[in-house]
Amino acid sequence: MRYLPLTDHDRQDMLASIGASSIDDLFVDVPEGLLQSGPLDLPRHQSEMAVERAMEALAKQNRSAGEGPFFLGAGGYRHHIPATVKHLISRGEFLTAYTPYQPEISQGTLQVLFEFQSQVVRLTGMEVANASMYDGSTACAEAVLMARRISKKKKVIVSGGLHPQYADVIRTMTRFTDDDVNFQAPTPHIDDDALIAVLDDQTSCVVVQNPDVFGNVRDLTSLAEAAHAVGALLIATVTEIVSLGAIRSPGEMGADIVVGEGQSIGNALSFGGPYLGLFATRLRYVRQMPGRLCGETVDSDGKRGFVLTLSTREQHIRREKATSNICTNSGLCALAFSIHLSLLGEKGLRQMAHINHMRAVQLVDALGQIEGVEVLNDTFFNEVTIRVPGDARELVNRLAELGILAGVSGGRLFDSLTDMADLIILAATETTTDEDIHALASALREALS
Amino acid sequence: MSDIRYSEDHEWIILDGDVGTIGISDYAQGALGDVVFVEMPEIGASLDKGAEVGVIESVKAASEIYTPVSGEIVAVNEAVDGDPSLVNTDPLGEGWLFKIKLSKPEELNGLSNQDAYNKFLEGLD
Amino acid sequence: MMNRQGRPSQPSDATTAPISATWTGHRALDLNEPLLFEQDRPGVTGVDFEPVSEGKTRLGGLERDEKIGLPGLTESQVVRHYTRLSRKNYAIDMGIFPLGSCTMKHNPRLNEAVAAMPGFADIHPLQPMASVQGALGVMEQLSHWLKTLTGMPGVSLSPKAGAHGELCGLMTIRAALEARGDARVRVLVPESAHGTNPATAAQCGYKVDSIPANDEGRVDIEALAEKLGDDVAAIMLTNPNTCGLFERDIIEIAAMTHAAGAFFYCDGANFNAIVGKVRPGDLGIDAMHINLHKTFSTPHGGGGPGSGPVVFSEALVPFAPSPFIAREGDTLRLVEDCADGAVGRMAAFHGQMGMYVRALTYMLSHGSDGLAQVAEDAVLNANYVLEGLKDVMSPSFEGPCMHEALFDDRFLKDTGVTTLDFSKALIDEGFHPMTMYFPLVVQGAMLIEPTETESKESLDEFIGALRHLATMASAGTSNSFAAAPQYSPVTRLDETQAARNPVLSYQVPDQDAAE
Repeated sequence: MRYLPLTDHDRQDMLASIGASSIDDLFVDVPEGLLQSGPLDLPRHQSEMAVERAMEALAKQNRSAGEGPFFLGAGGYRHHIPATVKHLISRGEFLTAYTPYQPEISQGTLQVLFEFQSQVVRLTGMEVANASMYDGSTACAEAVLMARRISKKKKVIVSGGLHPQYADVIRTMTRFTDDDVNFQAPTPHIDDDALIAVLDDQTSCVVVQNPDVFGNVRDLTSLAEAAHAVGALLIATVTEIVSLGAIRSPGEMGADIVVGEGQSIGNALSFGGPYLGLFATRLRYVRQMPGRLCGETVDSDGKRGFVLTLSTREQHIRREKATSNICTNSGLCALAFSIHLSLLGEKGLRQMAHINHMRAVQLVDALGQIEGVEVLNDTFFNEVTIRVPGDARELVNRLAELGILAGVSGGRLFDSLTDMADLIILAATETTTDEDIHALASALREALS
Repeated sequence: MSDIRYSEDHEWIILDGDVGTIGISDYAQGALGDVVFVEMPEIGASLDKGAEVGVIESVKAASEIYTPVSGEIVAVNEAVDGDPSLVNTDPLGEGWLFKIKLSKPEELNGLSNQDAYNKFLEGLD
Repeated sequence: MMNRQGRPSQPSDATTAPISATWTGHRALDLNEPLLFEQDRPGVTGVDFEPVSEGKTRLGGLERDEKIGLPGLTESQVVRHYTRLSRKNYAIDMGIFPLGSCTMKHNPRLNEAVAAMPGFADIHPLQPMASVQGALGVMEQLSHWLKTLTGMPGVSLSPKAGAHGELCGLMTIRAALEARGDARVRVLVPESAHGTNPATAAQCGYKVDSIPANDEGRVDIEALAEKLGDDVAAIMLTNPNTCGLFERDIIEIAAMTHAAGAFFYCDGANFNAIVGKVRPGDLGIDAMHINLHKTFSTPHGGGGPGSGPVVFSEALVPFAPSPFIAREGDTLRLVEDCADGAVGRMAAFHGQMGMYVRALTYMLSHGSDGLAQVAEDAVLNANYVLEGLKDVMSPSFEGPCMHEALFDDRFLKDTGVTTLDFSKALIDEGFHPMTMYFPLVVQGAMLIEPTETESKESLDEFIGALRHLATMASAGTSNSFAAAPQYSPVTRLDETQAARNPVLSYQVPDQDAAE
């Protein structure tokens, strides 16, 4: 067992110094008969080479995005990650550190978190951001719970443009609270009028996504005004954070809480996790926020330093009265995000966002020329929804067999909703090439003819 | 002004007419450590004795504040909002927390005077 | 109102040794590093892109015209920035990280290499299932290992961390109770529990009722019997508990809990002590989360990401959240629908794939024989530390302990040295301190978990340092403790100022003030 440093000789020495005759003497408190007498029915230990081979065999049974044309989005996006990011997050001082509970020997992680919070504040147009949540969907549900604490009201209105799996998480998280959640039916059209129609003075918050799950770019201004007029909060969800390099921030449009999925910057697709929950709000709500916060202070010599702060909101101090039970965050994913965003800077992020948009424009132009394909979006950033004749899920599966990962079908994403069964949501990013778009268009044309 | 009275939750109260001023004891501020934030009750709220009226926070601890008497909140100490350290430096004076108009003045009889509170503290350590 | 957890949060007035100033403010390898925002070179970027042909924008007039406010840096600046910052961190790669209840063990790099394979890192969660059979295979195998190691029939992989797993477990319990029309309102939690336990129960809409510990650091069975009743939904117990002790009466506790119609939730944070040696399913447990980032060595990454799969007893399996893996012949499928009455989705997609891959790699490396050895060595190391310190520090309870050893501050009585000071002095000796002031059931707690990946030599050095500090403390040198640490990149930080006047993001300096 290559990871265990004790030799049998060490073990005997140590047992002797403790005064135990065998290791089982140390397990004396385990009730009689419950200690395993031998190894459980699982494979025995293997060498590094053997394990690597076994895992590689599993990896090879997956078709990775880089193997061919790839157009999936819907909450996870394939972007280029500079080599620098992987290199820096692999440094043991970051990778193998714990939560920075001893600030004197954790200033590296703490300064990173402070810078991360500062970046998220600027991207979202908010005043305060936490040091990250598990992912976008759980951040979104936490925002709903936070709105309840602030407004002391129970009615939650969820837009039909919210990612359906995010809506599912809200459903789960409010199942045992007495919140009254109004889920609007999913629709590829902007549903502001429907949302405003159900707003009333019992409403705690309205949850909306921008760009929404169908790719529409939404102006949140009038929705924010309508919500504020009845004392409700607007929660804006951003699943493609790169979009904020091109479109107006939710803060600028009046959102009160902005949650997001940060995977797009610095983090791999990784089959859906680990991802990075972003959470930002107005300063006046800071004491109702979930999650860790890092703040600036000075040491005993007056030198600048950083600490975790306002911790009385959290479970390790407040226990059952905490704002959330969250403890672990997505520290390493936040680091990757922060490094990638530092490399990009203002200029790079804007360039990247612009290229994403232009690639999507080209994709839409190509798709629009295919008979049978209807592009549903008037506006979009890097993702669009098309309608195809027949079952889209089957079509997507057929194209996958041809080596083209053509997007996410309505049937896969919305499951039982039959009126979504003929939709495909497709994303393009800076990794999309002219050849990819051409290959997709010809395969679609052929499949539909 | 009445003599100071204490609750076993370490709040003190001094009565002036039918309005009591309430804060936390010197012992309580010491045990909490540096106070960094106080969540105050809402003016106008009517509360029963023992009700939670706010929270007082240090860096590593948070404690609920309970009103030692029933009544209506008539004032909160805004100076503490701006400078929570007043609770540490002058807990019985400038660091008061809120004022309450007593609806059941007889409840004061159930609270300890300074000597009894001192004895209570001795029993804690 | 007091929970007596107040402790100094501002540096004391004890003077630190004067360090002669350098012109730069750097001290050899200890380099000061400004914030990213203070290194801004407007218009500079560290990334280049391939040109794209231009078209008409379709942003609906919502272009972002205002400056975002992100600094511009070159690639070399960015590399130096993060390299310099990294050197201000302590990490398991540098030495023993004895944080109790955190299981900071060595993180094998093979796991990282495997997780980075494109077949795992570069696949999308919503790809057609036929194109991700290997990923589903990882989930199936990991499920099998977890079920076998715990002796439990069901598992839900999707929770994203331990606390998220607790929430998953408690929600599943509540769903099962509601399905049988049994509305219960209380959850029993020992005083020694992690803060996540009561926070989780409250988040599930339950009232938390705490169970006292007996003087052996374990659940007081009589108190438990009194608290149990037909309004109790569950008991949440950590085993081994946060005092580092195995709950001897666990079989009886489970029986009492079940007799009251309640469920038994186990916080599996300390599974490392018993993995491969004791199956939680044999103890009468109904649900337990497993922190893959503790027992199965996925790196902590400065606070996450984690992964907290939950194993379930037969009674709870039908109510566990979606998704889960189903096999049909040679084909694997993700079942994403939520069955009637079951808990729905805990998060978008299918959980922490990157962590599954690392944990499975670790399991295959150790095998069932190696995992049992992990538990044995973890327990042996903790008892060796306990033995090495028991005459100079004050163990809170009689041994043997399991994977961690608990001390309190009685040995510091009248020395003027606090648990905090003692821990900070350990920093100057080159170690990360142990968990301090937790669990809450003893005064000034110091909880030491060495883990199995420390060698005897490493433990001897650590024990030696603690013995030295304990001797120093009793010799009456409290001033040097109060000033510690002195050799770290920063000295003690003013947490009071941070909380009273929160500065939570970079503020652009006021130009007028600067002039």
